[in-house]
Amino acid sequence: MATKYDWPAAEDRSLIGKRHNRVDGPAKARGAAKYSYDRNLDGMLFAKLVTSTVPHGRIVGIDTSRAEKAPGYKGHVNILNVGDEVQWAGAEILAICADTEEHVRDAAAAVTVLYESMPHWVKDEDVEKAGTANRVQPAKDDTKGPDLEEAWKSADATVEGYYGLAVITHCCLEPHGQVVDWTGDDITVYASTQAVARIPGDLAKGLSRDENIGTVAPDSVHVITPYMGGGFGSKFNIDTWGIACAKLSKMTGKPVKLMLDRDEELMVAGGRPSDFGNIKIGAKKDGTLVAYESETWSTGGIAGRGSPPVPYVYNNEERLAQKARHLNVSTNIGPARAWRAPNHPQAAVLTMCPMEDLAAKLDMNPVDFFKKNADLTARPEVYRYEIDKCAEMIGWSDKWHKRGDSGSGPVKRGLGMSLHTWGGRPHDSTCEVRIQPDGGVSVNMASQDLGVGTYTTLSVIAAETLGLQIPDITVNIGSSKLPISGASGGSTTVGGTTASTRRATVNALDELKAVVAEALEADAADLVAKDGKVFSKTDSSKSLSWAEACRKLGNRTITGQGKQPDRNGGKLNDSGVGGVQMADVSVDVETGIVSINKIAAVQDVGLVICLEQCESQVYGSLIQGVAWALYEESIYDQTTGKMLNPDMEFYKLPGAGDIGELEVHMVQNKYDDRGVIGIGEPPAISPGAAISNAVANAIGVRVPTLPLTPDKVLAALADA
Amino acid sequence: MSSKNPTDGPVCGPDQEPRKGFSRRTFIEGVGIGAGAVGAIGAAEPARAQSSEPVGPDPVAITLNINGKSHELKVEPRVTLIDALRNRLDLTGAKKVCDRATCGACTVIVDGDPVYSCTMLAIEAQGRRIETIEGISTEDSMHPVQAQFVEHDAQQCGFCTPGLVMAGKAIVDGNSQPSMADVESGLSGNICRCGTYVGVRKAVYDAARA
Repeated sequence: MATKYDWPAAEDRSLIGKRHNRVDGPAKARGAAKYSYDRNLDGMLFAKLVTSTVPHGRIVGIDTSRAEKAPGYKGHVNILNVGDEVQWAGAEILAICADTEEHVRDAAAAVTVLYESMPHWVKDEDVEKAGTANRVQPAKDDTKGPDLEEAWKSADATVEGYYGLAVITHCCLEPHGQVVDWTGDDITVYASTQAVARIPGDLAKGLSRDENIGTVAPDSVHVITPYMGGGFGSKFNIDTWGIACAKLSKMTGKPVKLMLDRDEELMVAGGRPSDFGNIKIGAKKDGTLVAYESETWSTGGIAGRGSPPVPYVYNNEERLAQKARHLNVSTNIGPARAWRAPNHPQAAVLTMCPMEDLAAKLDMNPVDFFKKNADLTARPEVYRYEIDKCAEMIGWSDKWHKRGDSGSGPVKRGLGMSLHTWGGRPHDSTCEVRIQPDGGVSVNMASQDLGVGTYTTLSVIAAETLGLQIPDITVNIGSSKLPISGASGGSTTVGGTTASTRRATVNALDELKAVVAEALEADAADLVAKDGKVFSKTDSSKSLSWAEACRKLGNRTITGQGKQPDRNGGKLNDSGVGGVQMADVSVDVETGIVSINKIAAVQDVGLVICLEQCESQVYGSLIQGVAWALYEESIYDQTTGKMLNPDMEFYKLPGAGDIGELEVHMVQNKYDDRGVIGIGEPPAISPGAAISNAVANAIGVRVPTLPLTPDKVLAALADA
Repeated sequence: MSSKNPTDGPVCGPDQEPRKGFSRRTFIEGVGIGAGAVGAIGAAEPARAQSSEPVGPDPVAITLNINGKSHELKVEPRVTLIDALRNRLDLTGAKKVCDRATCGACTVIVDGDPVYSCTMLAIEAQGRRIETIEGISTEDSMHPVQAQFVEHDAQQCGFCTPGLVMAGKAIVDGNSQPSMADVESGLSGNICRCGTYVGVRKAVYDAARA
């Protein structure tokens, strides 16, 4: 049923779905945006962690006596104690603070921790060896769909192959950390976080566990995060370092800054589980998929983690016989954190790569094969449309050739594709919109902008609703004192925050209309806010400029409230999207170097709010995908149990010249009536599988695991 | 990696010689580094005056010329330019990310050349003209590179942005008609994690022509 909260009809949208400059763009381009790392408070101390140098052991001694005599030393707090077990190198043991950054480095280096060494295991790919080391947790089979044995009998072609991808780490450019200023009963936290509203409770709980501190009320904590430098799923909690930083602030009576060093950031503050698997897949002669069977294993640290939802996208339980078994490998590496679309990028590799191998075996063009089986997906028509659109963008029909049929020169070119899906439902959100007598409008909520464009989307919603322009709106987010809104994870933010903002703004406008109706002697129901005016749609002589209308408020400020969910508030959002990506690569078979010529991406997200920022999310996903497809890997050494590349020299990320040409198409005007759906995760899923498939198409053999480094490419060619 | 290794260094605008002068590496060769590092300063050309009288490890008074203004401060000789800018002068536009001359987030311009400020000591920056992101725009107008970053949505979280803007400025200062390959080469010493390169490339290319 239609309500006044519904999104304006397409012909009435002047801002929604259009291109807009990022509201926070100038502050960021000027270097004026203040991140947590940038806070310099009066008398502020610098803190640093002391972390475990062993991958597994029991702490038998912590000696801080030399550190306490170091110049500038101000205090330290233990995070672990003698007798505690550390389960990965880099685990947080204590936090120490001093008057300068240089002094705290000296003081931290003067701490001695002694361990009783315990056996460690850091390798995940060789599951048999991991099993011998007693590191593989038992699993059970998950069987769905038609009878598997019958399905295999009906298959005319099968492929059995090995596929996988390595552990990678988030490597947020602003490391995890915060500045804490504990003054009297007030704890102000400048936290680099994806969860402004969650941190007060998280910190209060962590502090209250310390009997020397006693109960801390969440309301005494004020989190301030107007900007944050990257999270990607890794920054939801206050973490041990945040609690320790607060304790140091209380202990010293000074503000304290504790931001992780780069090596700590890469070892303990990020981590996407690996996934490896033996996959068997079968189809009939005409390309109809009939069965998918997998044994997969992965690690995300001690707890394992990383069970992939396979078969991915092509998973109709009535028509496709499926059997999956997943093994958790327990390793002494930093624990996994959520990474954009947890487990989906892995599932895409473990599904779309075997599918392309099967298409090659069937001598089918993958475009035809993936379309032919679209009925096995949840949204066949969407995927068929998106496959065709993407194929057009990459020039598939001109450029695609049969696998390995790529000429005689040393540089082979190939195309590959992948599909993905994600939910992106809205999170809970409350919003307060204020209209001031001077015409000022503010949108207020304890949300956060991770760089996705929250400032911009909320400005667009309020401006569109009030008939104003983006600069007329002030968006106040990044403070936990504002109305509560959800954490930014799982592509839930844009759906939640735009709905609460729309409802709050409509409610505020209703109040303004009531005041204006009286002044104009008009019916409030006839009033419209558009083009900077409030006027009667039935009598054009009854019209006020926005400023005049707001002056009628006298000295009163209107506050409109809105929330998500709201059963009576119209249908503003949805979940469940599709997307298709295709890659065009060149591979030098003499050096093994893969380079990207082009990647094309087609993505639906329901109603697009800010087209340019939506596209930026997809571009960013493709570039991150190039990174983990070709370069990125957390490399662990079994002998020492340590990560060998916790830095940015050897933890490789692409530069501006490594990404080729990228083309993004957001599907608009097709699924707008579904409302707003999140964009952060979906496009981040497919790039690895698409690039791997393109490499296989180019060189004629499958490079089994990502990243597709030159050594692996050459090894695959040599094995062929 | 491809032949365009992102770690090749900021460093230059196109057609420029690789940086001369002081780097972390030459510093290590020259005087060693660590808690008790002793720096070397002189008057005329402090950066190169390796044979002059040693100072430190206690803080020494230095003067830095930043964005046309003279700043006097006392720092230990081991303090890097990035830490002096951020921790002593509250010039926090330049970011500390890798702290090892790889990612370019700390890029500033010294005597016209882009430099990783994590890899230059503050004492070595004396007597040189230092430009930071805070100094290239006025309250009313942004530098063309900054304006084009906004136009092309060349930023997400924005943490790498100041370094990329300064690297971009160095490119356009040295070349009013850079090719896209020139732009990619000049930006190859800067890393963005969110993935903003598509907008960044266009922004720098267009800014040169603005």
